[in-house]
Amino acid sequence: MTTHTIEAPMPGVFYRRSDPDEPPYVEEGDSVEAGDVVALIGVMKNFYDVEAEVNGTVTEVLVENETEIDAEAELLTIETD
Amino acid sequence: MIEVLDGGLSSTIQDDGRFGQYHIGMPPSGAMDGFAHRVANALVGNDADRATIEMTYGGCDLRFDENAVVALAGAAMDGDLGEESIPMWESVAVDAGDELSLEFATTGARTYLAVAGGIDVEPVMGSRSTYTLVGIGGHEGRTLEAGDRLAVGDSAADPADLAGRSISDEHVPEYDETIRIVLGLCEYRLTDDSREELCSTEWKVTPEADRVGYRLEGVELDFEPREQPFGAGPDPSNVVDLGYPVGSIQVPTKPIVLMRDAVTGGGYATVATVISPDRDLLAQCRTHQSIRFEAVSVEEAVEARRRRRERLAEITEGLQ
Repeated sequence: MTTHTIEAPMPGVFYRRSDPDEPPYVEEGDSVEAGDVVALIGVMKNFYDVEAEVNGTVTEVLVENETEIDAEAELLTIETD
Repeated sequence: MIEVLDGGLSSTIQDDGRFGQYHIGMPPSGAMDGFAHRVANALVGNDADRATIEMTYGGCDLRFDENAVVALAGAAMDGDLGEESIPMWESVAVDAGDELSLEFATTGARTYLAVAGGIDVEPVMGSRSTYTLVGIGGHEGRTLEAGDRLAVGDSAADPADLAGRSISDEHVPEYDETIRIVLGLCEYRLTDDSREELCSTEWKVTPEADRVGYRLEGVELDFEPREQPFGAGPDPSNVVDLGYPVGSIQVPTKPIVLMRDAVTGGGYATVATVISPDRDLLAQCRTHQSIRFEAVSVEEAVEARRRRRERLAEITEGLQ
């Protein structure tokens, strides 16, 4: 098993859901495939899709919803089988 | 033609700006970092008014249908052209069929891609700059998307002479965190303490920072209490409507620096104006970065503008 950490490519606000009324994209324990959107980063009224880079299981979401983050902030970890 | 494979986060076609329309409420738009835009153009043998692609934070992926010469300037962005990595601040030959793939900016916020001949979109009111708020200029008045096809203008220069040109390291700007301002038009509305705090505070760029304005976070600035004159709004930060200088700072609670796509006038007191060479620097400040304002006189601002022009002329001459 290998743990992959997804880092923010740019500064902004970290969002776990597409809309305040929607459920989070992922919860800890969810299975994801490479290319799945797992979070958003909003900056300048633009939203960047944070995608899983590998197939695996989300083990930890490291940042609270709607937190301001810097580039290279560690966002979440995915464990591959 | 250039085909857009991925438009990046927020990329638009920009030139020097749309001038002479401010009185009808049309802001200039144009490259946020005019210095980087002009150097990118100079590297590929273009006049300063040719259109470049302004990429914010995230780079584009592009495919070139024809041979071209390109240059990147501004925020440092890693990327590949075909199999090779592409340098910043240097002109590079592109072969027909090549793909250019750019990553996220690592320092600074905006990177300019110039192509010899310029990006050839139809000018609107004398400019190719995109003004997204009303959807004019550039490519369909909007940010670039996958599938867009961009025409390239004619270049007077021989492509063989254009590739491999670079500027000396001394001309590569450092994105300083001190931003010079001229106080006014309405700084008299601030309390003495707040006027001082404007320049002594470390201001943080918020996520709300784009081509329209940069909202800053720091201390709360206070205005002198007064009975508001007829025609002014009820908030102490309101004045009777005035034209907003490009780069002016208004304080509707938190300060906002008005940038090149901003509203041209209104009823907020503008307490200072960022001088034009330093608007280029501010355009490269990233969200969460800290800046400080330094008040200068109008004469010092004009002198700084003259030095910037001389530097650009020196760079352009050095490339010929």
